[in-house]
Amino acid sequence: MLQALATLLVFQTIGEVLSYALALPIPGPVLGMALLLAYLLLNVRAVDALRPTCVELLKHLSLLFVPAGVGVMLHVARIVDEWVPIVVALLASTALAIAVTALVIHWTSRWLGDGNAQ
Amino acid sequence: MTRQLGEIWVYLSATPLLGLTVTLLAYLLAYRIYERVKFNPLANPVAISVVLLVLLLWVTRTPYLTYFEGAQFVHFLLGPATVALAVPLYDQRAKLRRLWLPLTLGLTAGVLTAIVSAVAIAWALGASKQTLLSLAPKSVTTPIAMGIAEKIGGLPSLTAVFVILTGMTGAIIARPLLNALKIAEHPTRGFAVGVASHGIGTARAFQVSEEMGAFAGLAMGLTALLTAVVAPALAPWLVAFVH
Repeated sequence: MLQALATLLVFQTIGEVLSYALALPIPGPVLGMALLLAYLLLNVRAVDALRPTCVELLKHLSLLFVPAGVGVMLHVARIVDEWVPIVVALLASTALAIAVTALVIHWTSRWLGDGNAQ
Repeated sequence: MTRQLGEIWVYLSATPLLGLTVTLLAYLLAYRIYERVKFNPLANPVAISVVLLVLLLWVTRTPYLTYFEGAQFVHFLLGPATVALAVPLYDQRAKLRRLWLPLTLGLTAGVLTAIVSAVAIAWALGASKQTLLSLAPKSVTTPIAMGIAEKIGGLPSLTAVFVILTGMTGAIIARPLLNALKIAEHPTRGFAVGVASHGIGTARAFQVSEEMGAFAGLAMGLTALLTAVVAPALAPWLVAFVH
């Protein structure tokens, strides 16, 4: 488990360093994820050592959003003032984003004659 | 010899221990409730935890920054957790190879829709400029969205709140919405949820299936990447246009 955690941190660090040093718009952790995926594809056996820790960490992904969410208390006044645009924009925009993404994938994979639908 | 309760509180609240402990306890309780209602998405564990913690901080008059000194250790794990998404992705590599083109097209359409529709709708209903700029990166996972908000002139901590609200919204509405659209494939469903509602949507997707979760996680990473490229170019232009 420690080794897996160290691996994740190493890849995140590489991602952060590359992103900063090359002034890339790609966020460090996202670059770290891409690099780790490439590493796993090249080293077929490496995934077994990582899997238990990663599964455990991702199982409680929601928990990691709680501290930032509590920050709502800093913005109560603004949210009360502007609650109509905020609530409507968040609801409608989230629904639109889900619908547009799903429909575009659905249609294009059909056009491309892909066997996604089974 | 016994100290006053108030004194003990002052001592404890000055250490990071308390913020971290209450975060975990609130989440465990919220998760217990979520289990009790058979994982009904309306009882989202993030929402319940946030309500419990805000009430606790409000009753004890604890400033958010004091709380965050402890809670930052949990917040920090968002980075390694993003890297960890490589593992479920690796497990889906065959499907990924087959679906990359439709996914790329869906991602581009979804990311643009998320940014433009949020800013346009909030503007039409009279939101302030700072609120608009803070809304633009709302579909991206927290730490990255906060970075984008800072770059484009929004308020990072306000963006964090919008990110959480967006995540909860997506986790709640995804199932009925995708059912109404008759989208049945798990990779497509997962990916759409990940594009619109990042890690909270991804956490929800993992509860439905490993496959759905992996594609949601992929979408979360790619959305962060694309929004980081597109939002700084798009947001000032959008806001200048609408104001």
